[in-house]
Order: sequence, then structure tokens, then C-alpha cells
Amino acid sequence: MRAVVTVIGKDTVGILHKVSGICAEYNVNVIEVTQSVLQDMFAMIMLVDISLIKGDFSELVERMTALGTELGLSIHTMHEDIFNSMHSI
Amino acid sequence: MLNVYNILETIRMIQDECLDIRTITMGISLLDCIDTDIDKACEKVYNKIVTKAGNLVKVGQQIETEYGIPIVNKRISVTPIAMLAAACPDGDPVKFAKALQRAADTCGVNFIGGYSALVHKGFSAGDMALIKSIPEALDVTQNLCSSVNIGSTKSGINMDAVKIMGQIVKEAAVRTADRDCIGPAKLVVFCNAVEDNPFMAGAFHGVGEPDCEIHVGVSGPGVVRAALTKYPDASINEIADIIKKTAFKITRMGQLVGARASELLGVPFGIVDLSLAPTPAIGDSVAHILEEMGLEMCGTHGTTACLAMLNDAVKKGGVMASSTVGGLSGAFIPVSEDAGMIDAAVAGVLSLEKLEAMTAVCSVGLDMIVVPGDITPETISAIIADEAAIGMVNSKTTAVRLIPAIGKKEGDTLEFGGLLGSGPVMPIREKSPAKFINRGGRIPAPMQSLKN
Repeated sequence: MRAVVTVIGKDTVGILHKVSGICAEYNVNVIEVTQSVLQDMFAMIMLVDISLIKGDFSELVERMTALGTELGLSIHTMHEDIFNSMHSI
Repeated sequence: MLNVYNILETIRMIQDECLDIRTITMGISLLDCIDTDIDKACEKVYNKIVTKAGNLVKVGQQIETEYGIPIVNKRISVTPIAMLAAACPDGDPVKFAKALQRAADTCGVNFIGGYSALVHKGFSAGDMALIKSIPEALDVTQNLCSSVNIGSTKSGINMDAVKIMGQIVKEAAVRTADRDCIGPAKLVVFCNAVEDNPFMAGAFHGVGEPDCEIHVGVSGPGVVRAALTKYPDASINEIADIIKKTAFKITRMGQLVGARASELLGVPFGIVDLSLAPTPAIGDSVAHILEEMGLEMCGTHGTTACLAMLNDAVKKGGVMASSTVGGLSGAFIPVSEDAGMIDAAVAGVLSLEKLEAMTAVCSVGLDMIVVPGDITPETISAIIADEAAIGMVNSKTTAVRLIPAIGKKEGDTLEFGGLLGSGPVMPIREKSPAKFINRGGRIPAPMQSLKN
């Protein structure tokens, strides 16, 4: 099972560190990271493996959202199925 | 393989363009709750619903967190209660209404539908008692929805039922006049009602359906409009293509959520309703899609053509995205629930007659339309008959959900709040159809019914 963490907003120091820190805390392995400036937005997309997650996925979502609020960024943590089903036939 | 653009597009749809799952609706058969003792029957109804749907809201919330997509409503639809009322002719059907409300409260769902009767060819035991109890049932409950099917392509239109429903709609409004006439906002009169509809107020669980199943209704007018904004100079067939692609994406999400809900709840997946369901929120309007296509305001000449194209493209895009399509499937045009429709009605551009024409090419019918409080029951019946005739002849579902605004006249507004929005009182014709309505009888089924 994999999830996608998306960080959108203004670039600041240590975003990757903080996001991956939370992943490590929950035993979530980071598989792939992409960073780009797209449509005037800084965007970091992280593909993570949640099959060995410690605790609830909903807790991880809450922690990430809270981190986003703290840093003034929009952070979404969603199961990868939603993207796969929406964009591929 | 995941692609950055696609991921950002999905997030933008949810964040900025009001994309959501409008409802996951659990259909529950109550046929095994029939009992000659109405109190026993009510107890069985309550127990069955709570057993089946106890986890519905929790599972809905879990899916919201997993996929990051809002699921606005969790609902329940049940077997038409007239069938249960038939077994206990001495009991008051309102007892069933109260049992359903109690079950809805325990489960924490937003709506429960199925206080219904199917009388398109005539009344059987239980039907008349249930229909007559509708105004009281809607008065004493909050989340209960009711519907009556008065016609079909196969059987014609039951004009006796049409006459009674005019009176029932008016009475429901009078009984709830102190609450902005909310009663008739929870009552739909159908022609060609469908058995697997997840949307309220017309949802009920048909007798041909399994014991329990999950339906999903998607939304997303904002997403379609945003997609069209990017192509201001596209031709109409290019627009149709853009709508199809967008509808595909929206529906795929419904399919995903339905499949997941079915897995978590351990009940079969019923259908995805390919719908564009507006809300009064800014950026969530079907009227604004029509305006994006090039109409100065919804309701002007050209509206029916734009809506026909939109409705068709939504179906074509959606049908490939889901393995099980059903329900009403199409664009909804509830006036009070759509910011653009409200503006057009207030401006006098959108009339009842135009809405009637629009219902011939879209998903359902005259929906959430506020009419003057002094409207006669016969006029309401006549509006129902007109709309049912469109459904009967065109082999499609049509419905009427009119709200007589007791004590108000043209120019006033009713405020329902929430998903039901607010509606300006729309003018109606003054001349009386009373003689036609009072004739009674049945409009015979049209030639279209003879397909065998």
C-alpha cells in the first residue's frame, strides 16, 4: 500500500526534512521524491510505502496537515489509489 | 505511473473546485420486517437498519481520510414503507416514520429515504394510508424523505394519485409553514422512479434490489466549469469532449469510493450515479456551466440545448468510468440548491416553463422550486401532470419537488439553509386546471410502452 504526500506553497528551508521526519516516526518508507515549480507553485510530491505503518493512517494524515498549517503550506496525504483510478483507464 | 501534473490536478479539483462525493447511500430491504402488528414491525425496522448501517458514517469518515476526498452526506434508503403498512391496515403509518427517524439518529446519517408508495397504475393496500400520512410524517421528523411514483412509461399516469399529491404537497407546506415550509422540500413526486437512486429526497430501495447494498452519488459542477474556463474559444464538440473527460475523472472517484465502502462494510456495491449535483456554494453550480458555454444567464434562449449537450456528455464520460452505472445519472437542476439558478430566477430570466423544457433533456425534473403560498392543490397537481407527461413520453425519470411558500408571494424568498439552499418565489399561471384534475382516472400508457 502506498500513499502520496503533496506539499504545495512557498519554498522554505527544511520542508523535506520535516516531512520525512514524520514519515520515519510512523515507519513509513519514502520511495520517491519529486520537486518542481509548476503553475507558479512550488510542489513536492513524495511517494511513500504505508504497508508497515505504525499506528493509524489517519494520525499520519493529521500530523502532516498540522505541519502544513504550521509552515504555511498545503500538505495533503492521500492514498495513491485515488490518483491511479482518476487518471488511468 | 503517477505524474506530477495529474496529482496536482486532483488536489486542485478537491481544494478549489468543490469536487466531492455527494453521498454514499446504503439501500436496505425491509421486506423481512413486515408484521401485522405495527409496533413489532417498527421495532424490526429499527433493528435491521441499525444493524446494517451502524458503521456507515464511521466507514464514510475513514474513506474521507484515506483518499482525502470529502463525502458530504451519508444516507440510507429503504423499501417503500407502503409495502410494510399494507400488512397492518389498522396502524398509523407515522409510527414507521418515527422509527425511521430514530434509526437515522442512531446511525448519524444525514437523510433516510423510503417513506414511499408506488401507485403508477393504482393503489394497493397500504398505499393510500401512507400517502395521506405524508404531511404529518414530514412534520414530525427531520431527516426523513418521502416519494410517490404516480406514473410510468409502461403504465401511464395515475391521475387520481396526481390529484391527491397536489393536496398532499400543499398540506405538507401548511404544516411546516413555521419552518420555511420545509415539509415539501423532503417530498418528491415521480414518473418512472428508479429503484437504486442514491439521491434525496427521492431515494428508496426497490423490491428488485438485493437485501443490502451501497450506492454512490458523485458531484462536481465546479470541476466541469473550471475545465471549460480554460478553453474559451473551443467549439461545441470540443466542449463536449472536455466535459466527457472531466466526467470520467469524477466518476472514477465515485467508483473507487463505492468499491472501498462496499469492501469495508461487507455489502455488495450497487451503482454509481453519474451526476452533476450542485450545491448553493459558490463555484458548485450547474447554471454556471451553462453560462460558461456562452449564455449570458441561465434560463435564456439556448439553455435547453446547452443542458442537453452537458447531460449527454456527462453520461458518455461517466459510463466508461464505472462498471455499474445506475440511479438517475445526469445533471440536476434544483433551483434553490444552485447559486446560478437562484440568480437567474431572481432576475426573472429562468421561468417555470423554461425549467420544464430543461427537464426533458436532463436528469430529473422540476426540483426545489418555490411557488406562491396561495397556489391551489389543483394547480400543483397540474404541474405534476405536465412533468409526468414529459417523463412518460420520453421514457425518462421526471420528478416534481415544489415548495408552496405559505404566506409569501412572488418576490419573497424561502431560506432552507444547508444543501437545500434558498429559493425565490417563482410566478405561476393564474388560470385554473381544476376541471381537468378533478376528472380523475388514468392517462393511458403511450405507444412507447409497446416495445415487446
